[in-house]
This record gives sequence, C-alpha cells and structure tokens, in this order.
Amino acid sequence: MSNLKVPTMAEMMAAGETPDILFWVGCSGSFDDRAKKITKAVVKILNHCNVKFAVLGAEESCTGDPAKRAGNEFTFQMQAMMNIQVLDGYEVKRIVTACPHCFNTLKNEYPELGGNYEVIHHTQLIQDLINTGKLTIEGGTYKGKKITFHDPCYLGRANDVYEAPRVLIEKLDAELVEMKRCKTNGLCCGAGGAQMFKEAEKGNKEINVERTEDALETSATIIATGCPFCNTMMTDGVKNFNKEHEIAVLDVAELIANAAEL
Amino acid sequence: MIASIVFSVICLAGFGFFGWNLWKIRYNINLGKDIDRSGNKSERLKTMLLVAFGQKKMFARPIPALLHLAIYVAFVITQIELIEIIADGVSGQHRMFHEALGGFYTFMISFIEILSVLALIATFAFLARRNIIRLARFQKPEMKGFPSLDANLILLGEILLVMCIFTMNGADEALYLQGASHAAHDVQGSFGFTISAWLGEHVFSGMDVATLHLLERIGWWGHVTMVFAFLNYLPYSKHFHILLAFPNTYYSNLEKKGKFTNMESVTNEVKLMLDPNADPYAAAPEGAEPQRFGAKDVTDLTWKNLMDAYTCTECGRCTSACPANITGKLLSPRKIMMDTRDRLMEVGDNFRKHGKDYDDGKALLGSYILEEELWACTSCNACVQECPVNIDPLSIIVDLRRYLVMEESKMPTELTGMLTNIENNGAPWQFSPADRGNWIHED
Repeated sequence: MSNLKVPTMAEMMAAGETPDILFWVGCSGSFDDRAKKITKAVVKILNHCNVKFAVLGAEESCTGDPAKRAGNEFTFQMQAMMNIQVLDGYEVKRIVTACPHCFNTLKNEYPELGGNYEVIHHTQLIQDLINTGKLTIEGGTYKGKKITFHDPCYLGRANDVYEAPRVLIEKLDAELVEMKRCKTNGLCCGAGGAQMFKEAEKGNKEINVERTEDALETSATIIATGCPFCNTMMTDGVKNFNKEHEIAVLDVAELIANAAEL
Repeated sequence: MIASIVFSVICLAGFGFFGWNLWKIRYNINLGKDIDRSGNKSERLKTMLLVAFGQKKMFARPIPALLHLAIYVAFVITQIELIEIIADGVSGQHRMFHEALGGFYTFMISFIEILSVLALIATFAFLARRNIIRLARFQKPEMKGFPSLDANLILLGEILLVMCIFTMNGADEALYLQGASHAAHDVQGSFGFTISAWLGEHVFSGMDVATLHLLERIGWWGHVTMVFAFLNYLPYSKHFHILLAFPNTYYSNLEKKGKFTNMESVTNEVKLMLDPNADPYAAAPEGAEPQRFGAKDVTDLTWKNLMDAYTCTECGRCTSACPANITGKLLSPRKIMMDTRDRLMEVGDNFRKHGKDYDDGKALLGSYILEEELWACTSCNACVQECPVNIDPLSIIVDLRRYLVMEESKMPTELTGMLTNIENNGAPWQFSPADRGNWIHED
C-alpha cells in the first residue's frame, strides 16, 4: 500500500468537496509500468505542495487522440463526448496532465465538441508551484549533471510550450545541454500519429534510434522528457546503443520529485 | 512606330495568356471544399508581412535565406524599372524617367544594378547547390525529371535576364560617353549608374556607335522578352510561389498546430448515437447529400490545401525535416504537395474539357499517393513548421487517412486492434477499464 493521497472525483464529491484541479492521468500513465512511475512522481509533488486535486480513476477513458491521428474521427468523437459528459458532470474547470497527447486533445480539440477547460501540462503546473514558493528545490541531486531535454512534438511544435520544462531543469542546478535539433526544430521520437501502436513502415532506420543519436552527441547522462511515449521511445533508443547503465531517461516530474527528495 | 506596335502586341499577348492561366489556377483552387479563413484580419496581415514579405521563416537556414533574399529584393525592386520599360516600349521613347526623376533615377537604377549583381551571385550559388554540391534535399526521387529541370531553367533565365540588363545599361553608358545616347539628346556624359558606369568605360568603350545601339536594343528587347517568357512560364512552374506566397500566408492556419480539424459531419452522427431519444430509422433530411468522410481525391480537400499545392516551390525543407523521410521511409511531405498539384491540374483540365461529372478512373489516393506514405507519418508537424510559406502537408495526410479508415476500413492491422481496444476498453491497449485506477494502490 502506497502512502500517496489520490482522491477520486467521486470520493471528493461524496465528501462534498471540489478539487482545484483534475489530474488527467491518461492511458499510458494508468497502465504502462514505466509511465506509472511518472504519474506517481506528479502525485508526490501535488501531495507535497498540498494541491487539492483529484483523479477520475475508473471513470477516465482514452481522450481519443490515437484514434483521431489514425483517421478514425468516429471513435475519437465518441470518446470525446463521453469524457466531456463525465468532466462536465463533475463541473471540472482546470485539468493538468503529464501526457502531451492528452494535453493537446483536451485543450484544442474538446472545445469544438462542447468541452471547455483550462488545460495545462504538468511542467507548467510545477513551474507555477515553484514560482509561488510552494515548492523549493535544493540543487543537490542533479547538481552539475548534464541533462538534455527532448521536446515532445505535441507539447512543443503543436502547442508552443518550450520553456516550462527547461526552466525546471535549470532549477536543478544541472547543466542543460541542447541537442542539435531542439525546440521548434526538435525531431520526433517516432511515437506520434498513432505510430506507437504499429510497426514502422519500411525504411533504413528507426526514428527513435536517430533521435537517440542526437541525445548521445550531447554527452548528457540524463535524457529528460515530458511525455510517456517519448519516454518509452528514448528508453528503447538508449538500450539500442547498450547505454542503459550510463544514461537515464527520466520525466521532468521525476527529476523534480527526486531533487526535492519526495 | 513599328517597334511600339510590336511591343504593344507582345505586351497584350503576354498579359492576356498569363491572365488566362491565372483564371485556370483560380478555377482549380476553387474546386476545393470550403473552409473559413476569413476572420482575424490583422493577425493574417501580420503573418503575411512577416512570413512572405519579411521572409521570416527562411532565416531558419541563414545561408540559403541570404541568397534567396538577394534574388527576392532584386526582383521586387526591378519591377520599378519594368514600369519604365513598358512605358518606353509603348510610347517609343527612351528612358522616360531619366530626366523627370533626375538624381533619384540615378540612385534607383544604381540600386537595382547592385541588387542585380548580388542576385547573379546568388543564382550561381543556387545552381551550384543543385548541380555541383548536390544537396540531398534536391536529389530526392520526386525531384527527378521536370522538377529539377524546372528549377535550373528558372535560374538560367535569371542569369540571362541580368545579362540583358547590363548589356542594355553598359552599352547605353558607352553611347552616352560618346554623346550618342537617345536618353541624353546627343550630349556627352555619364548616367552614373554604379555598375554600368564601369562596364561602359571598360567593356563597351571600344565599340562604334552602331554596334552599341544594336547591343543596347538587344539588351532591351532581350530583357522584355525574358520578362514575358518568365511571366508566362510561371503558371507551369514551381516558381509560381512568388505570387501565391502572399495570399497563402495570409490564409495561414492561425490555430495551434496540434489542433486537427473537427469533422462536423461526424459530430452530427455521434450526437445521434449518444441521444437516447433519436430515431434510428429516421429518413435523411430532404436534399441531404451523401457525404464522403475524409479525402480520396483533390476535390475532397479544402481550397487552402489546393492553394498550398500551387504555392509549393519544392524547396524540400519539409522533407529534410521529416522524421519518416530522414529514416528512409517512402513518405516525403514535398511529394504530397507536388502530387496534389499535379493531380489538381489533371482534374481541372478534365473538368474544363468534359464537364464536372467526368471521372478519369484515377484519384489522388492510389494513383499518386500510396497508403505506405500516409502510414509513415508521425503527425509531428516538422513539415508544417519548416515551410517558409506556411504550407500544411499534414492536413492532407490526415484527410487521406480519414478516407482510408472511415470509408474503406483500410489501415495497418495493429491500428485496427488499437481502435477496437479504445472502443471496448477506453484505452489503446487491452486493459480492463475497471483497472485504470489500480496504480493508486500499487507500490
């Protein structure tokens, strides 16, 4: 039994309480063993800062992102409308998520179907917690370490969020080293557009290997990401070069939780 | 007098034929579906000024950007001289603005001459990049044949054009030095144009008046001929971007790049499905046309997609940034745009010849773009980000995918499984929705 405090919306409602923000966990964050660690790192930070949040638990369902990217608008809209019913039922106003795909879909594609929420990425929320003094980090754990940040396409190019994750890395007193392709020019990890769920088309290289080479060139010992799918792809990429003992692939939330010794 | 008539006829024919081709392109673009890009005019104007007029996105790659800027600025400023050339041609005068503008004329032509030299250097550099250095993005399969020839023809045309300008100005300067220029009424002197003052003194100085007059006319007529040849070649060339870059950036997508369009037609159906009071056997409303989901051919795309296709100058920045293409997959965003344009020209010709119901048995999807290309896309938006004139290849890819999936149920088998999982379990993997909160209690 973990000591995390993770109330569900149903529990909150039963207790007559309203959370300040909904933590949208996403499919990856709920089911994927590696991504669950990211989810827990986010919860640790939220708990530590006494953020009044809740999750949907079993009432959450796929946002429909991979269906929409694959071209199945029916499945996407069915998912979206069911989710909107649940979210509106709980009168949700603000959502934070650790998945850029959920972030993009909830923020940009739900409004036209009637779902209007303020949606932020977890790196933006953490930045806000630090700015308002609710979270302080001693630079010990990662002091002087070389960290490179891989921009998730659906956070960066798709939504122009480049600074929040970088500001957090700099708070660690670490040395942020950029890859040759970064920010607007960042190279995809290979998972987007529903590629995560299929074999790549015929080519001469895997995209995640190409991207991992960019990261290796920086000689960083930590590859930071802000997306569970990028995390999987970069972790596999590092394994492809047999570097998994020298290079860690971590979400920015994990770096912050570790540095704050949560 | 005869020269004036010949010139006027060339002028009318040149502009007329160009106008006819413009009309055809407009007709073709209007074959696309409607999409609203009318709102937010100030933002649109700003985007156009920055991206098209100001070349903002070109500067992501500084070397080609500077070379391109030289040609671009030279081209734009030279239009002023072109006004004089047309006025001279029609009226039969020589350098009409010379006396009227005085010192400003000297400044203007000097400025054009300096820009022309810079443009000439840039043109040679561009030829070298394509034919000697052979940059990778100019050697991709879709560039074989006409597209490569097209690019080289344009560059060679530019060299000829600049040569004509300097022959004209240099010979005229030499004539002026001998007191024989028609622009200066038999007085001796110099125009004082930065480059041709030197040319007149050093290159054209030894020649007699008759030869110089001939050279001056060859330069002038050569220039005029090149201008009209260029104008009328434009609609058949990738080089059409010099015109469409402006409207195309004006009508840019101003939404976040991650936001895919919402399909209203699907929304209506889904609302019916979720509405317990809906009558499942209700007849379709009167006059409702059966809709196609997604795009199979160019006429299923939006007019903006089609304008994008005509605006593409095949620079290949999109393809060079595409993760699929970089790793050897068949997908090339540039090819998507070229295919769309080529198919649109074919469909437009067919419609004008045989009427709008004509079916040639071909389609953009299948006859031009293959499924393998579409399924290689990661929807990362790198191509959209790269495009210096805000073309969006991704929206075409997605619309073609929509057709494949929703009309033909054709997709990689793993995706069928993923979609079934979402429909049954609310997750792309086969997990029970009841277990979604299990992580809370796991260590």
